Amino acid sequence: MKKTGAEILWECLVREGVEVVFGYPGGAIMPVYDAMLEYPVHHVLVRHEQGAAHMADGYARASGKVGVAMATSGPGATNLVTGIATAMMDSSPIVCITGQVPVHLIGGDAFQETDVTGITLPITKHNYLITSADQVARVVREAFHIARSGRPGPVLIDFCKNAQIEETEFEYPEEIELPGYRPPTRAPRADLEKAVRLIEEAERPVILAGHGVLMSGAMEELKMLAVKTQTPVAMTLLGLGALPASHPLSLGMMGMHGEAYANNAIQNADLLIALGMRFDDRVTGNLRTYAPRARKIHVEIDPSEVHKNVVVDVPLIGDLKTVLTDLIPMLDEYEHEEWLAQIDEWKQETEQRSIMAWPDDGKLYTAHAIRALWEVTGGDSIVATGVGQHQMWAAQYYHFDHPYRLITSGGAGTMGFGLPAAIGAWFAHKDKEVWLVDGDGSFQMTQAELSTAVQEGANIKIAIMNNHFLGMVRQWQEFFFDKRYAATPLTGPDFVKLAEAHGIPARRVTKPEDVRGAISFAQETPGPVLVEFVVEKEEAVYPMVPSGADLDAMIRRPIRK
Amino acid sequence: MQHTLFALVENKPGVLNRVASLFRRRNFNIESLNVGQTESPEISRMTIVMDGDERDVRIVEANLYKLVNVIDVQEVTNRPAVLRDLALIKVRAAPEKRAEIANLASIFRANIVDVAPDSVIVEITGTEDKIESLVELLRPMGILEMVRTGQVAMMRGDQPGARHTPGAGNNGNGYHKQNTEYLN
Repeated sequence: MKKTGAEILWECLVREGVEVVFGYPGGAIMPVYDAMLEYPVHHVLVRHEQGAAHMADGYARASGKVGVAMATSGPGATNLVTGIATAMMDSSPIVCITGQVPVHLIGGDAFQETDVTGITLPITKHNYLITSADQVARVVREAFHIARSGRPGPVLIDFCKNAQIEETEFEYPEEIELPGYRPPTRAPRADLEKAVRLIEEAERPVILAGHGVLMSGAMEELKMLAVKTQTPVAMTLLGLGALPASHPLSLGMMGMHGEAYANNAIQNADLLIALGMRFDDRVTGNLRTYAPRARKIHVEIDPSEVHKNVVVDVPLIGDLKTVLTDLIPMLDEYEHEEWLAQIDEWKQETEQRSIMAWPDDGKLYTAHAIRALWEVTGGDSIVATGVGQHQMWAAQYYHFDHPYRLITSGGAGTMGFGLPAAIGAWFAHKDKEVWLVDGDGSFQMTQAELSTAVQEGANIKIAIMNNHFLGMVRQWQEFFFDKRYAATPLTGPDFVKLAEAHGIPARRVTKPEDVRGAISFAQETPGPVLVEFVVEKEEAVYPMVPSGADLDAMIRRPIRK
Repeated sequence: MQHTLFALVENKPGVLNRVASLFRRRNFNIESLNVGQTESPEISRMTIVMDGDERDVRIVEANLYKLVNVIDVQEVTNRPAVLRDLALIKVRAAPEKRAEIANLASIFRANIVDVAPDSVIVEITGTEDKIESLVELLRPMGILEMVRTGQVAMMRGDQPGARHTPGAGNNGNGYHKQNTEYLN
């Protein structure tokens, strides 16, 4: 049967299981929007295309499915760029569909023409330019396959307007023919045997669990490996939830703002088993002194990550879940009592320094508010964040016992990610409580999406940690720039009034004793609710490994009696 | 040290741009890049000469594999391969100098492919070393223009080049078996 290119697009999206698309219409994508009305796909009208990309990303991270964002040509497409780069850095599977001027106008600087495939080349896993309707079905099929398989990532489809209008015979391609794209699955037996030998010989092993554990769905395998070999597990920011925070072998987060005992364990380890993580500078600190006594096994689906930052002894290239499933039966059970006792000792020392151990001084600290949120929500909420101090406190004090709960921009560190990502996550899990923990700086970057939340009746709960500063930059200025606060003091709007202008119920909290009541108020009020926590202005995130410093050269929180 | 790789890529618009963009984006140091047709109209072949240590080359290979349109990458450095570069060199040549240039050219089995009143064009094919030797000898006479294709490479006989990238190599997961089938 003949269909237009636009209709074929929707036919294919429906076949890919797409239920919701986040987008913004415009001239070069209008035929697609017109055809949309005939298909059972819900469209969410964003207020800025960046929001569409972040919503698709938040949806993807919370659901494990591919998120879809849509925009018109030119500025519509360029507004997606930050969101695409964010998804790329965190290997999040999204497909972005942008309108493009008709093919005969390409290259002529037509109205709203931009070289979108050129612009997004380095920030997509792959991209396409569709110039005729007969390409649509194959391209969409390939795009979803590439986005979700192997190491997932964003794929962009730039869709010429003539190709949206033209009619062609619609035939859904059952087979995908991509001769150059074959993600590895299993690691060779010989490599697995090498890994087994290193694990056998290890006395002080540490597992480093990253985002790959979640992406591969290898949480059970991770737990089995850890328990069988009695190996403690440190997690990256995006790996939080891979092993429950409450598990006795969990070391929590590693890296720049990781737990001191996790970093100490890594620096003193004789074996690192890195699972689906890429030794980012935020988790290694100074590479020259990183884990100096440790041999290293690196389980990774992307061969270009092996030896990129850290040279490893045994790379195991393949799908993490498959590799661990092959590896675990080859291993005996091991005990590492001394090692675990040593780590426990470091842990005691850390607890002494914890902000949770401070006596009540009547002041409201972000960490306390987040800990209360964790308690009141039973630790089972989806938590989206912006980027900065509040993000690190959320990672430290909301103890993630479940995977796919923390929705946060790690690699790109994209401020403004939180609100749209929370909305996207809500569409993935309308049955779950969704909280946005944001800073006053991050929130203001994309606060226009409050209208989207209202229009969609998104049941998200917004907690703004307002310290009237760009807090993380202020912290760096405090530590490394002699407290010269250049461009970090921040005046925000009256967030309660802002929420009310949107018809969103809101409360302001200034005292520690009001925290729990406000959280309960948000939980009990249906639809979007905003709570502003006016927190201590000059509080710092501890511990902190200064950028480029040795991983165990941490600035620690002073002990307060 | 200098390394020579070749990559088989899908012959589609924009693939050269993807490869070039990758080199720029990852800050790889590429000395020459040659692209051309192969025996199959669907496949193009790129020869890449780069400077770096083993690790640099492994990283370039693995990153090439990340491009969806790249089918195969092989390294031919220090392996039985034919390596060739072609140069056109326009040399200042007053009529009395032509014989000397022709003489030099014949020693290098190069050809004079154009003769103008004041200059000649010498065409030479060979390894980079050979070309550089001739260039050095011609330089005192005055090189007016020069163009080189960059190196192309082909393994001798039926042996393949080295495939290093783990997971993408011929290490048991059938990756290259499937690729070869595609080529046939």
